[in-house]
Amino acid sequence: MNKIIVGISDQKLCKSPDVLVTYALGSCVGICMIDKALGIAGLAHIMLPDSNAIPNDKNKFKFADTGIQLLYESMIKNGAAASRITAKIAGGANMFATTTPAMSIGDRNVEATKKTLAKLGVPIIASDTGLNYGRTVSFNASDGSLEIMSSLKGNKTI
Amino acid sequence: MINSYDDLSPVQLDVLKEIGNIGSGNAATALSQLLGRSIDMQVPQVRLMDVADAIESLGSPDKLVVGILIRLKGDADGMIMFLLEEAFAKTIVTGLTGERSFSLYEMSADDISVLSEIGNIMGGSYVNAIANLSGMVIDMSVPALTTDMLGAIMTVPATELSEAYEKVLMISEQFLIDSVEIQSDMLLIPTVESLRALLGKLGVEDQ
Repeated sequence: MNKIIVGISDQKLCKSPDVLVTYALGSCVGICMIDKALGIAGLAHIMLPDSNAIPNDKNKFKFADTGIQLLYESMIKNGAAASRITAKIAGGANMFATTTPAMSIGDRNVEATKKTLAKLGVPIIASDTGLNYGRTVSFNASDGSLEIMSSLKGNKTI
Repeated sequence: MINSYDDLSPVQLDVLKEIGNIGSGNAATALSQLLGRSIDMQVPQVRLMDVADAIESLGSPDKLVVGILIRLKGDADGMIMFLLEEAFAKTIVTGLTGERSFSLYEMSADDISVLSEIGNIMGGSYVNAIANLSGMVIDMSVPALTTDMLGAIMTVPATELSEAYEKVLMISEQFLIDSVEIQSDMLLIPTVESLRALLGKLGVEDQ
């Protein structure tokens, strides 16, 4: 089993029994996709909801709308069947509760993530989003389990 | 014309570094008065960095730190992010409250309010340095504090401001308090527009 690290504004695929890990999601969202029958999994770490807001930014992995679309496309390109792909999502926290505008970036990231996945027809089968703490996630391509680790709130698997 | 931090000249960078130096001196003085102890300070490292590089240079993204966020408004808009490692937080809290033990994992309401106030005082040291040198009027928000993974805290400057603030002015200070060496990192993040206005006030505007 290899542990594959996914950076901020990045995404990667792996095959069972490998594991995809991304550290310290704050307001960012980690989107995990899997075709369980084939053991193909992908993880995208997005920072911002909407690529249209910053049109001159060339990193399409940074945004929920374009990043999730691209992750979906590479899943398909690598043999995953559209009908079998499911998703789990985590992150989208509001790290500093008192000082954010009406709707925090975390909330907007989660909303954009759900909208994009719905558009692609990928069901979200589990999620752990919002609140006010950071999350490190580890997505296991062999069984699709998503382990969520936080510094002060303990760990859980969804 | 400054459209991003990449367009800064060496002279403009020097001016920003000098602001960092003066702010650090003020911060050390304030801290020393508060703790009632002498504090030695090394010349602070002042660097202009990409947000991503700044995060990397600060250490492992899952390291537990205290983050104190202060928003700036007025003649200059932006934010200050003050990052305290456990050793620094412990020195301050035990020094000010007389508590014997301190852990980032079990902070009391008093601990949090002491550290917020330290953030306020130290942040004020930098803001005053800028205000005094430039004649700008800058309001500071009440500090917001959280204890969490470094990488998660840093998503705040990295995401919320990602349109206007590609780079941050990172000021790393080494203090020596009672022969214990502690480090703090202060990120000063003005909007590009505010930075332009500031440099103009300081007489190093664009050619």
